[in-house]
Amino acid sequence: MPEKFDVIVVGAGPAGTSCAYQCAKNGLKVLQIERGEYPGAKNVMGGVLYKQQLEEIIPEFWKEAPIERPIVEQRMWLLDEESAMTLGFKGRAWANEASYNNFTILRAKFDQWFARKAQELGVTLINETVVEECLVENGKVIGVRTDRPEGEVLADVVVLADGVNSLLAKQLGFHQDIEPAQVALTVMEVLKLPAETINERFNIEDGQGCTIEMFGDSTKGHLGTAFLYTNKESLNIGVGATLSSIVKEKIKPYELLEYVKNHPIVKPLIQGAEEAEYLAHLIPEGGYHAIPKLVGDGVIVAGDAAQLVNGIHREGSNMAMKSGSYAAEAILLAKQKGRFTEEVLAIYREKVYESFIGQDLKKYKDATETLENHPQYLKEYIPMMNRAARAFFTVDGTSKREKQKGIFNMFMERGKIRTVQDMYRAWKVMK
Amino acid sequence: MSEEHRGIWVFAEVIDGAIAGVSLELLGAGRELADKLDVPLAGVLLGENITHLSEQLIPYGADEVYIIDDPVLKDYRTEPFLAGMGKLARMYVPEIILYGATPNGKDIASAIATDLKTGLTADCTMLGVDIENRLLEASRPAFGGNIMATILCKKHRPQMATVRPKVMKALQPDPARKGMVLKEKLEMKEAEIRTKVLEIIKGPGKSVDLEGADVIVCGGKGMGDEQAFQLIHQLADTIGASVGGTRDAVEARWISHDHQVGQTGETVTPKIYFAIGVSGAIQHTVGMKNSELIIAINKDPDAPIFDVATYGIVGDARETVPVMIKAFEELLRENEVISHA
Amino acid sequence: MHIVVCVKQVPDTKVIKINPKTNTLDRRGVPSIINPYDAHAVQEAVHLKRQHGGKVSVLSMGPPQATAVIKKSIEIGADEGYLISDRAFAGADTLATSYALTKALEKISKTSPIDMVFCGKHAIDGDTGQVGPGIAKRLDIPPITNISAITKVTKDYVELQRKLQDGYAHIRSTLPCLITIEKEINEIEYAPFPNMLKAVNYQPVVWSIDHLEDVDRKQLGLKGSPTVVGKMFAPPKQEGGHRLEGTPEEQVVQLVEVLKEKQYLFHFNKG
Repeated sequence: MPEKFDVIVVGAGPAGTSCAYQCAKNGLKVLQIERGEYPGAKNVMGGVLYKQQLEEIIPEFWKEAPIERPIVEQRMWLLDEESAMTLGFKGRAWANEASYNNFTILRAKFDQWFARKAQELGVTLINETVVEECLVENGKVIGVRTDRPEGEVLADVVVLADGVNSLLAKQLGFHQDIEPAQVALTVMEVLKLPAETINERFNIEDGQGCTIEMFGDSTKGHLGTAFLYTNKESLNIGVGATLSSIVKEKIKPYELLEYVKNHPIVKPLIQGAEEAEYLAHLIPEGGYHAIPKLVGDGVIVAGDAAQLVNGIHREGSNMAMKSGSYAAEAILLAKQKGRFTEEVLAIYREKVYESFIGQDLKKYKDATETLENHPQYLKEYIPMMNRAARAFFTVDGTSKREKQKGIFNMFMERGKIRTVQDMYRAWKVMK
Repeated sequence: MSEEHRGIWVFAEVIDGAIAGVSLELLGAGRELADKLDVPLAGVLLGENITHLSEQLIPYGADEVYIIDDPVLKDYRTEPFLAGMGKLARMYVPEIILYGATPNGKDIASAIATDLKTGLTADCTMLGVDIENRLLEASRPAFGGNIMATILCKKHRPQMATVRPKVMKALQPDPARKGMVLKEKLEMKEAEIRTKVLEIIKGPGKSVDLEGADVIVCGGKGMGDEQAFQLIHQLADTIGASVGGTRDAVEARWISHDHQVGQTGETVTPKIYFAIGVSGAIQHTVGMKNSELIIAINKDPDAPIFDVATYGIVGDARETVPVMIKAFEELLRENEVISHA
Repeated sequence: MHIVVCVKQVPDTKVIKINPKTNTLDRRGVPSIINPYDAHAVQEAVHLKRQHGGKVSVLSMGPPQATAVIKKSIEIGADEGYLISDRAFAGADTLATSYALTKALEKISKTSPIDMVFCGKHAIDGDTGQVGPGIAKRLDIPPITNISAITKVTKDYVELQRKLQDGYAHIRSTLPCLITIEKEINEIEYAPFPNMLKAVNYQPVVWSIDHLEDVDRKQLGLKGSPTVVGKMFAPPKQEGGHRLEGTPEEQVVQLVEVLKEKQYLFHFNKG
């Protein structure tokens, strides 16, 4: 007879662990199953952890969690082949404990720490085990079957936090195959560099971090972004592009990463660094339209598995954690009522849609698709903006007014109507 | 420890009625140590009907040969060999005993170290001596073979080490050398011994003949994946070579354990050794560096394998090996034509 | 049948890095694992238990974190685990290690007599293979090293296949005895899920030096270890050879020329 738990959580990333933690804290018997050698072993993404959602779960977590640096500066670069339009924000307030905003983290370390916190509360974590399917009886999920011998185990409710392209949710008919345009392939390297060198190159101090998001030539104009984050003694550099553009334009992701690393604007920042790790990961980018069915009888879908990622603002781990918390709340309510039906668990779906998760995803619901269908934003406007900026800032005896006129004409060369259309479309999807 | 511990011993292992190669190599290494410490070098010979083999030990450098010739020592078993070695060591108190790092050599050395409550260093690849303190400096690759460590046994005697085969050099035998032979008896009845050797099966258990191979093609982690590792087999098939693998390749299950070359695998000395996608960590090179001709292919121009290679090719093995296969195929075809002509 | 398997926690030597400047180990981020040979030994003991009944215990010496290798053994199918952990054991070489483990085995056998002790052939961090025979000598039971198959088990004796340099010896030994296990003896099975569950919360019996009986402290740890590490150094560099240049085709042409010139080609056999 298989053992029975109150809750089985599939996956030990931010969503799964957040849910497991809060269920265990409230006295439920929780089994968490992770396919990797340890939590975080299969994970790259994020690299940026937002404070608020985790603080709601573990107050002042940064005092013990393996964070790398609190982020004090966020830069955005619009790159062409040899120049960059830069904008960003640096706030000293973000360096103060009381007003931290977000942190750089190394997921392999962080996820392990978070999972350990959950284990301390009594969560039973099993690593290196793949859940092959949900056990369904009379339309209700009653447990899971793992790939191990005697691998069945039962529970009142199963939480699917098994990451993007959740096969388990698909088996239950909660979503169709993920479209290549709805998922980004990100490749990343961890580059080792001494802390002093990082501080110097990024103009930051110990205990301060900086993130750079890059658009345009960093992906050779393909739909995607590149990023460079500062850890304590290493950098995370990565590049992601939607699977559809990778396929369509025959991009090799690691070549793209090499390209970014050798970009003249990026290269000086990473020079001399030693490659420590290479990782690849899929990230859901489908947004609002791609959110699957979130609950069923005895089952909840959370985190990346539920496509809860804001591709435009690179927010994922916060949504994952929050959705994990909502899942826990719903489960506790169901426990109270003694019924783990879709109807009771539906409170989870409501919370997700009503919170910032649903609101933000709705706001940008058409952004990725728009950028995918209109490559001119990345392929033409960014280089154009760089040309404009270069023209504007180059002192060559032309009057500023003349320059502005020249720049205006440059943008209008594409045709007035097209440009105005593009601007309107951009405003509409981002508004 | 006492002043009376003097002399260097080599455990002379008998395989198929002859002295094992490693034991002759150890006589060469031991000769050097004995001359430095100004003490005699002895071979210790245990077995059944082996007395005549003392004649093989003296030409290779032994001044003395201790012999126990007894039916209970016919095939190697720990119990009687321990009894024999233990008795001799207690009677004649040597200061250093060297053993070949073979299954039997390591087995007997471990048992004696515990019996005599002394130190033993395993799998040495370098031996030296601190003359002033009469200390054996036994060096070996440590921590998976990434670094060398010198192990000392300061206060206990005898100092003992097992030494990897094919690392030390045997002396040219000198038939004119003279030596002394001492025979002892072992009071042990067959009935007292708890283990019996039922049968010895030569060879067939081991399907892979790396040690006897003239040409070995060895693949490492640099091959990238199991599929690319097939190129190693193809090249080996083309030129009739045996296939070897590094520890990484074995751990990745691209090839089975009995193909492993290196510290924890086989030590090989073929005529030609191809190291392909092999970085050349010392844990690997201790097992192959005495090959006659070493050809290395590696992407990383700084890979340590190039330090031991006779010829180095910096490049992607996946590109180079197919070219090589083609070239060798043609070459062999030409030679066939010539030999038939 | 009661089998006790000695297991060791080792740094994963595949990922160990050496700092080339100081010749010291860079242990940062190096995971600790169960010595692979020991894992095969546990697996073999579990096989025998399945066929002949009885119990499989595991014994480890190390810091409290070494509990992890006992849990790993429980996953494979061991029934119970013992950890001897005490500062007095620290710094032990193979002689002192075999002494401490022997004391623990003696204590275990008092409540549950031991039929066989299994050890891995050697540990991958030391590659010595000396502890097993050392324990056997101290327990006064026969050691049979390098076992690649267990062919027969009765209540009085076992028959074993011992790997030699160029073949195998088929050996019979009375019980109790100690054997050391080669990897080729079995494949580690994918552990059943109930074992995984049992292992997660399993706590081994932990003994400090005070739990062991008739212990001569002088034989333990650093004090009881005759060997010391003198120095660590980078492996001697050999003189590098000749680098071939050019495209893969050009390099291969050069190589063929050299092989011809040096008359090495006759070593090739048409496959």
